[in-house]
Amino acid sequence: MNGAACPGCVAGTEAAEQAASSGAMATHALIVPTIHCMACVSTIEKVLNARPDIKAARVNLSRKQVAITATPGEDPTPWIAALSDAGFEAHEGRDAPAQTGPDGLLLRIGIAGFAMMNVMLLSVAVWSGASESTRDLFHWVSALIALPAAIFCAEPFFASAWSALRAGRANMDVPISVAIILACGMSLHETMVGGEEAYFDAALSLTFFLLSGRYLEQRMRQTARSAAADLAALEPRRVMVLQDGAPVSCPIDDIVRGDTLWLASGSRVPVDAVLEKGSVQVDRSALTGESDPIIVHAGGNLIAGDVTLSGPVEARATVAAAGSTLRRMVELAEQAEASKSIYTSLADRASHFYTPVVHTLALVAGLAWYFYDGDGHHALMVAVSTLIITCPCALGLAVPAVATVSTGRLFRAGALVKSETALERMAQVDTVVFDKTGTLSTAALRVPELTTDELRVLKALAQASQHPLSRGLVANMDGVDPAHLDSVQEVTGRGVEAEFNGQTVRLGAADWIGEGHGTAFQMGGRVTALERQEVALPSAAPAIAELEAEGYRVEILSGDTPARAAAFARQMGVEHVHAAMTPEAKLDHIKALQAKGARVVMIGDGLNDTLALSEAWASMAPGSALEASQNAADLVLLGGDLSMVPHSLRQAKASRRRILENFGAAATYNMISIPFAVAGLATPFLAALAMSTSSVVVTVNALRGPKRKVQS
Amino acid sequence: MNVLLLLVPCSLILGTLALVGFLWTLRADQYDDLEGDAQRMLLDTDDSQPRDS
Repeated sequence: MNGAACPGCVAGTEAAEQAASSGAMATHALIVPTIHCMACVSTIEKVLNARPDIKAARVNLSRKQVAITATPGEDPTPWIAALSDAGFEAHEGRDAPAQTGPDGLLLRIGIAGFAMMNVMLLSVAVWSGASESTRDLFHWVSALIALPAAIFCAEPFFASAWSALRAGRANMDVPISVAIILACGMSLHETMVGGEEAYFDAALSLTFFLLSGRYLEQRMRQTARSAAADLAALEPRRVMVLQDGAPVSCPIDDIVRGDTLWLASGSRVPVDAVLEKGSVQVDRSALTGESDPIIVHAGGNLIAGDVTLSGPVEARATVAAAGSTLRRMVELAEQAEASKSIYTSLADRASHFYTPVVHTLALVAGLAWYFYDGDGHHALMVAVSTLIITCPCALGLAVPAVATVSTGRLFRAGALVKSETALERMAQVDTVVFDKTGTLSTAALRVPELTTDELRVLKALAQASQHPLSRGLVANMDGVDPAHLDSVQEVTGRGVEAEFNGQTVRLGAADWIGEGHGTAFQMGGRVTALERQEVALPSAAPAIAELEAEGYRVEILSGDTPARAAAFARQMGVEHVHAAMTPEAKLDHIKALQAKGARVVMIGDGLNDTLALSEAWASMAPGSALEASQNAADLVLLGGDLSMVPHSLRQAKASRRRILENFGAAATYNMISIPFAVAGLATPFLAALAMSTSSVVVTVNALRGPKRKVQS
Repeated sequence: MNVLLLLVPCSLILGTLALVGFLWTLRADQYDDLEGDAQRMLLDTDDSQPRDS
């Protein structure tokens, strides 16, 4: 049995005990960010399905989630431990994974596809020469299929166009809706009078292609969003509160002023509180950026977001959850977000330009024909067919197809694109600003100078613990062969204890092992204090070098002391470094940079970065960041690999280039087809041909792989 | 041309069958994990009759 080391786990165990042992099954979700191939899927399912407490486990590779069917309220901790033994990092997701997929859109695509193919078959017959009553019959059958299908399937476009028009704006859906309605209306009229030209197939294929574009867009966004939401849910939503002297788990929102919080070592302080007794070492870097832990004595303040490094301790909440420093920061960040100038997406800009041009063109063509030959019917036909043939089918696919491919590539590489316009904004960035603590560096325990035997025991103890500091320690002890320990047990909130050759060995909070603060290691009678140090992430220096080589201006903003920030910047090879920055100073710095015309991407993890993240033109947060920072960021980097920063910026640039290429393709197609339409030469056949070709060209261009780089 | 009266309904029925098939795949959540399902056939252990999940 794995001991529970954090309040969240203790809470889980209790929830499981409380769960009624009814026969009903519930679906639990685990997020496993490192799943990337079928071998992983196979291993995970084998491990989980072998457990008696799991009825069924199924991996969703696209969402990097495992859906587990088990008794409701079952404790996921042992599952997570089992996966961790198998080499997979897992987190508890929300129960019952969110329904994916804009299924309504998929249904509409299916129906539009069905209707389109049937109508197309009939149209082919008409184009190849059906005449008189046969043609009329085919037109009528087409109308019967096309009208209900178009009304149902194109409803999302109508709704969006209507809401835009009511707000006095025009978006891309306005010309789309106009074209679909006119195509259907005109074709119906032609059918009734026994005319030659019906555009039912054009109306439907238009709907089909555009729905496909929209579906791609929504699907990708939802996948990224639900993953981002799951990640944010990693923060403990439950805390331990002392009731009658015993710790009881309680949801964060239920904390009221005066509650006594029970904080185990390594837990995040949920609300501002006052330490009741004793003293505790806390890591306040999320709030201040300062990497040194500080010591809080009885009567001192703990701030929401602090991480306790020793303990357990008791603290009295001074505010309810809603009033905590953390929430106030979130509110400030939201204000900054709201005041930021709104970015107009490329698609919107294209449609602002496109809509008036095309509509004027159709009007002018109609009027010209009317004055030329005085035939009102013919003039109307020309105007309508101009609108149909220039309908922004390719434009509607140009952006979503590229965005889908790019966000998909980034998602597989470990970056979640949260905002729709993030990629477009990231493509314009010229300055990269990093936060130091937590983003470029991490706190780790320094491996002490010990005998080989002691090191082997230390590694074995560290491996037995789930504490982040222990895991960091293990990662730094590569060459050491772990010793074999007996009766290993994890003491909640304190550390790990075991027997080695009859000696007691312990690793954990210093005040548990002996005296003092911080972390200590004990073997027999000898106690060694383990120092915390700040180490740069291995991927930091190469990522910065890469960014500078690509011509970005790189800056480091830090809340840490000037001496340490400067030393760190030298190590990273960064020239521009600003130390001792408060959250507001960071915000002002970003503002000043942007006022000078720079486009800044801010990368930060702490609460002290939240304001800067929301102000910057684009922003990224590592997956380990606080919920508030992740919410403020456009892009969340999973796995903490900083090489994703230059990679995603490159991907953003490439995707912007692709979008512009697609606009070019769509414009070329329109320039070729408009003269035909204006000259009155447009036929339904030409419309169908042009529309399909341009859509296919645009989609294929989007799906085309990235340009191969010549390996040097 | 009377053959049309037979062929047109025929093509419509065939089309509808395909549509019904599509609706069934939609109901059965087959678009939930396109990437995973595509690769699942490569698993030796893949269970053709998975336990209810």
